[in-house]
Amino acid sequence: MEVDPRKCVACSNCVPVCPMEAIYIDPAVNRATVNQEECVECHACYRGMSKEHMNPTLVRGVRRVLKWFRVRFDPEPDVCPTSALTSQDLSWPRVIRRAFSDPLVAHESTGIAGRGTEEVKTNDVTGRVQEGEAGFTIEFGRPGVGVRFRDVQKMTTALARLPVEFEENNPVSALMADRATGLLKEDVLNEKVLSAILELKTRLPHVPAVLGEIERVAQEVDTIVSIGVSTRCDAQGDNHLEPVLEREGYTFFRGKTNLGLGRRPVTA
Amino acid sequence: MTNTLHRFGARDSHQDDYIVFAMASKGINDEGVCEKLQAFLRLALKHGPVNLGHGLHGGMYRPSENLTPLAHWSRSEGGDPEAVIRGVDAPSTVAAVFDDLAKVEALLREVKAADLGISVNISGLTDEAHACCKRVGITRHSIEYSLGFHGDLNQLPDRRVLELSTMCGHGMVSHNFARKMIDFVRENRRTPQQAAVYMARFCSCGVFNLVRAVRILERARKGE
Repeated sequence: MEVDPRKCVACSNCVPVCPMEAIYIDPAVNRATVNQEECVECHACYRGMSKEHMNPTLVRGVRRVLKWFRVRFDPEPDVCPTSALTSQDLSWPRVIRRAFSDPLVAHESTGIAGRGTEEVKTNDVTGRVQEGEAGFTIEFGRPGVGVRFRDVQKMTTALARLPVEFEENNPVSALMADRATGLLKEDVLNEKVLSAILELKTRLPHVPAVLGEIERVAQEVDTIVSIGVSTRCDAQGDNHLEPVLEREGYTFFRGKTNLGLGRRPVTA
Repeated sequence: MTNTLHRFGARDSHQDDYIVFAMASKGINDEGVCEKLQAFLRLALKHGPVNLGHGLHGGMYRPSENLTPLAHWSRSEGGDPEAVIRGVDAPSTVAAVFDDLAKVEALLREVKAADLGISVNISGLTDEAHACCKRVGITRHSIEYSLGFHGDLNQLPDRRVLELSTMCGHGMVSHNFARKMIDFVRENRRTPQQAAVYMARFCSCGVFNLVRAVRILERARKGE
């Protein structure tokens, strides 16, 4: 993301909008500026802000006069008055910043927008996680912190030593150079994204060990780790994961309930 | 897309926050799914959702590409649910946000009868969702629990900001913007409803709950 200095009037509306705090008003030029190292190409500013197409010279002049009279300029807070934000064409490896951060861009590896994962949401159709199994969604960078893939790799390599199976159709799995060791491709390690989700599954008896390892590595990475854990319910709608989590001391009351209304198409 | 799993707040803070969403599985049952997704949204619309959304085109509340300066006085704060339904032109997730479990229950009865053949999920309090399923005669298939945030929690903002910003799980509502909206309300520069709409426009798949946001902003105004 870039800001066109010919259009920007330094109104600052885009500054708080950036989830990564990558936009600031540079006093040297008095224009909004994007710290490219911290920008994750999420396009929250570009797409989320409404656009006016006002004349920048006129707006600067009006603001200068108002400022002289100590009159507060109070624009709509979600508007870029001169449409100064500019989306760029990205090349590898920076392009993965957008793939992982912009929810409207589909991941090439899975063809799915958002974070590129279906998780338990289509388990009634895919049968990905069965009774006696637990599916994990380990999310890095959320909420609003961001993560570099070198920190994600600390988790993937640690968990690869446990009896887990990384999800095949997952954007983080697609970046692995070696699924047996959990090592990611070297050239993506310094890339920063808004959020990345690692998916894996294991048998229910291994859940405490996996949770323990996630919690341990979470203390070693420079980001936030959000944990989701899922299972297939039995014929009565009950599940055997809940008592395991209670024994491990977790408090949980929020989640996703798959109603089981999906089905595979009937083939001839 | 764990977009609604980790909404922050104490249990009581989720009593008016349920997201019902529908989707097909890519490459398995997604052929001709757009009509089914539209049918789901039409059913949802009958029950007074707080927000509706499509994963690729946005929610009821959207930014505008061509505002004029007159918008400062005449800008609509209403949502456009029909635009969401009309815009379903590709397989993705569609979502309806409700502030009342009774509305969810009424919707589920109709969705069950419609037999669309696509996956439908409730995101919210799991025991309440389970009880709702039982009343409707649905045996839940799978469950995913949020175990919350771990690691360096010092990087997180205060709870009011988090309650607002995590209502867009994709992170499009930044912490700083949520904080700015709280400040605007506390300074009486905007109403809670206006502030909620500003934030909802950033949520690119329409799962931001404006009723819950207004409640949070009202409490934040008084420092509660």
